[in-house]
Amino acid sequence: MTTLRNIRPTTAGIALAAAALLGLWPLLPAWAAHTAAVSLGGGLVALGLMILIRFGLVSFGQGLFFAIGGYAAALANQFLGITDMLVLSVAGIAAAGTIAWALGYIVRGHRGIFFAMLNLAFSMILFGILAKTVALGSTDGFSVGVPTLLGVAPGPEAGRLTFVLFGFIVISSALVAWMVDRILASPVGYAGQGVRENELRLRYLGVSARGAVHLAYIMAAKLAALGGVFTVLLIGHVTPEDTAYWTKSGEFVFVAILGGAGNVAAPFIAQTVFELVRTFALQYVPEAWQMLLGITLLLVILFLPGGLWSLVDRLRGRNA
Amino acid sequence: MMALAAIVVDSLVYASWLFIVSIGLTLIFGVMNVLNVAHGSLYALGAYTAAWGVGMYVGGAPDAGYVLLAIMLVAAIVVGVLVGILIERGVLRWVYGRDEIVIVLATYAVFLVLEDVMKLIFGPESYIAFQPRFLFGTVSVAGIPYVGYDLLLVPLVALIGVGIWAAIHRTRPGKLLIAVIHDREIASALGINVARFFTVTFLCGAILGALGGALSAPLISVVPGIGVELIVLAFAVVVIGGLGSVEGAAIGALLVGLGRTAAVFFRPELELFVVFVVMTVVLAVRPEGLFGKPQTRRI
Amino acid sequence: MPEALLETRGLGKTFGAVVAAEDVSVSVAAGEIVGVIGANGAGKTTFCNMVTGYLTPDRGRILFRGTDITGCTVGEATAAGIHRSFQIPQLFPGLTVYENLLLSVGVFGHRRPPWWKPLVRPEIQQEARRVMEQYHIADSAETRVDRLPQGVRKLLDIAMAMVGGPAMILLDEPTSGISTEEKFDVMGNVIDALRSSGATVLFVEHDMDVVGRYADRVIAFREGRVLADGTPREVLENPAVIEHVVGRRPPRPTDA
Repeated sequence: MTTLRNIRPTTAGIALAAAALLGLWPLLPAWAAHTAAVSLGGGLVALGLMILIRFGLVSFGQGLFFAIGGYAAALANQFLGITDMLVLSVAGIAAAGTIAWALGYIVRGHRGIFFAMLNLAFSMILFGILAKTVALGSTDGFSVGVPTLLGVAPGPEAGRLTFVLFGFIVISSALVAWMVDRILASPVGYAGQGVRENELRLRYLGVSARGAVHLAYIMAAKLAALGGVFTVLLIGHVTPEDTAYWTKSGEFVFVAILGGAGNVAAPFIAQTVFELVRTFALQYVPEAWQMLLGITLLLVILFLPGGLWSLVDRLRGRNA
Repeated sequence: MMALAAIVVDSLVYASWLFIVSIGLTLIFGVMNVLNVAHGSLYALGAYTAAWGVGMYVGGAPDAGYVLLAIMLVAAIVVGVLVGILIERGVLRWVYGRDEIVIVLATYAVFLVLEDVMKLIFGPESYIAFQPRFLFGTVSVAGIPYVGYDLLLVPLVALIGVGIWAAIHRTRPGKLLIAVIHDREIASALGINVARFFTVTFLCGAILGALGGALSAPLISVVPGIGVELIVLAFAVVVIGGLGSVEGAAIGALLVGLGRTAAVFFRPELELFVVFVVMTVVLAVRPEGLFGKPQTRRI
Repeated sequence: MPEALLETRGLGKTFGAVVAAEDVSVSVAAGEIVGVIGANGAGKTTFCNMVTGYLTPDRGRILFRGTDITGCTVGEATAAGIHRSFQIPQLFPGLTVYENLLLSVGVFGHRRPPWWKPLVRPEIQQEARRVMEQYHIADSAETRVDRLPQGVRKLLDIAMAMVGGPAMILLDEPTSGISTEEKFDVMGNVIDALRSSGATVLFVEHDMDVVGRYADRVIAFREGRVLADGTPREVLENPAVIEHVVGRRPPRPTDA
């Protein structure tokens, strides 16, 4: 269990991790750099879920905002000709933030299974719309061009993952993780613990539990959307099945639970483990990949309720 | 006029199918507070096993008759009992008492495992078992020909629904079950073996899930992924009606059935998500679903 | 008569066929300590729920400092200065006593909490420690509250309700679940702490000895209505109150 005291700002840790990734770039083989970048993208979505988990909430439809981010970026690129990754990211975040703000008025009163199910329904509605919209390529989706940054365009010989894109993803993920870290240490983060532990008491402390949930929901949505933008820019393609379908949302929940809610680093670590294991599993035991996921999830639920991060806590000897 | 009749009959048939594939889910939740994601796997396993059994039998006896129905029933019971015991004893027993969302995740884990187990057992190809569907010929309703098997789903499901209702409200074990639903601790203190009620309920729910799959086998092509699609649909039905309510599941099935059939007739492109629109609207207005009881809390 | 801090006029609330409150008109002056008595189901908790915005009354008005607060939310009532404690203590069960207070002090009154300021700051920690000392629960600071004895839980619940310095506090059965021997200790501590904060107190209580000792005034409820309202002596000796609320009982031999 996360207790109040092990939320502590890890500014130095985040800066160090980002610098290490950037410094390692020349040494990383292409697949490793790609895995790292994709893990940051997915990790952002799981980070959003982690915020919700700290509020005692689990969304089985976070693919909704992942898809909104991905599609917003892809659409802006395809139909408006925007290639700047910064602008595309802002577009994705703005789209998801607006929709989450509106939907938030419905979900902020829901808890437990009903919160999970309502979000599942939202994401399945978006999936249905995307899969039936011919202009967006229906179930096949459509492709996204190579992004630029502030006028810097990669040469024709460079692959999709340039240092510019890699650096952009690493630095923005680090910034976002730092912000979330601050938020979790602020009254907003503690209000989340209040919602999870005893909402009635929180209300009698003059805090709007619904308002706090609404805020967390919007934050989680923006994080998922940014993850969606990164993923689409890295993969170069977007489809409904790989973004909005409930199985994708299930994967994100898996990663968030695997990592645990103890530290902002946890979702990124868990997502990296997830990506690495998937790469090898799909190569050597493709028919047992989901089984592996399922067994891992069961083991985490039964024996490691604090997720991978609780191992770190245990090593540091402060999980009294 | 004909279109209206067609919509009504189609909706009824589809609603009956929805009810039979989701009733086990709501039954288990009502008694145990377990939202069983692995219900999708039970459905798929029931469908696979029934299709495989029918295929094997028809291979040796091309004019097999009603015995095919018996094969389907046996397939459902075998799958339900075996897999049900495995899930309840092997997994759920260890997570009872934890947060209900943790229990959902545990059953989701089981669902993931069973997805691959099915691929390992049955392979990637599709199984087709159309033969039972033609046992009852065709029936004409308002001038439209219907497959007898489809229409028979309606009375069959009505029978199952009434049976469950009567078992809960009109028998002694059913009344004890209501006590368990109402307050586990007091029931336990009164000497009711709550653990056994849980096991039996879960097995009944599991068998119903597998039966839903077995009855669906003649209607669909049984391929990997049918459980993935089914479970979200079943969620929608039971959440709309109110988790844990048998009457609610019936109403939820009717609403979803009507909505989908109307979509198919008038706006086919809406078919994929009309179910979830209904679910969203109901949840937004009544978070506990139509027949769900709002949780009250003593302070 | 001094000006009323809290005044209710003709409050009514019905649940289905049960009338939980009917024509409840009471007035509490600033600085008073009012005891509320009544059998189970007499409408005492419903009254607390309505005054604090947890329930909206079906009929009647609630005035606080002369302002109409009928129909306001729990958050608004809390902001206005009406706090409460609970019959079943409402704590944050996974956290320690110190963390409960830290959280309470740190988030108090944030309708939309700021995100850039860390909650754990020296002044917040100091205040949390001060409250623990004031309510004599500092010994349990590092204990998870779901492992606390009932008496400490009740004290912590009241301490948390007092965060933010309310003008008025409603205590819903502050001594329930506490042994008879400890009741006077606990209640004495609480009343001392509340007096020093200057809060007006309304407490629901079943033990007539506690009511007689600490209340300046007593209101008796019966079936949702006010049965009697006056000094402890008047109310506790009122025949209707003895008949329906207090009951006839032999004097307790252990009474000092």
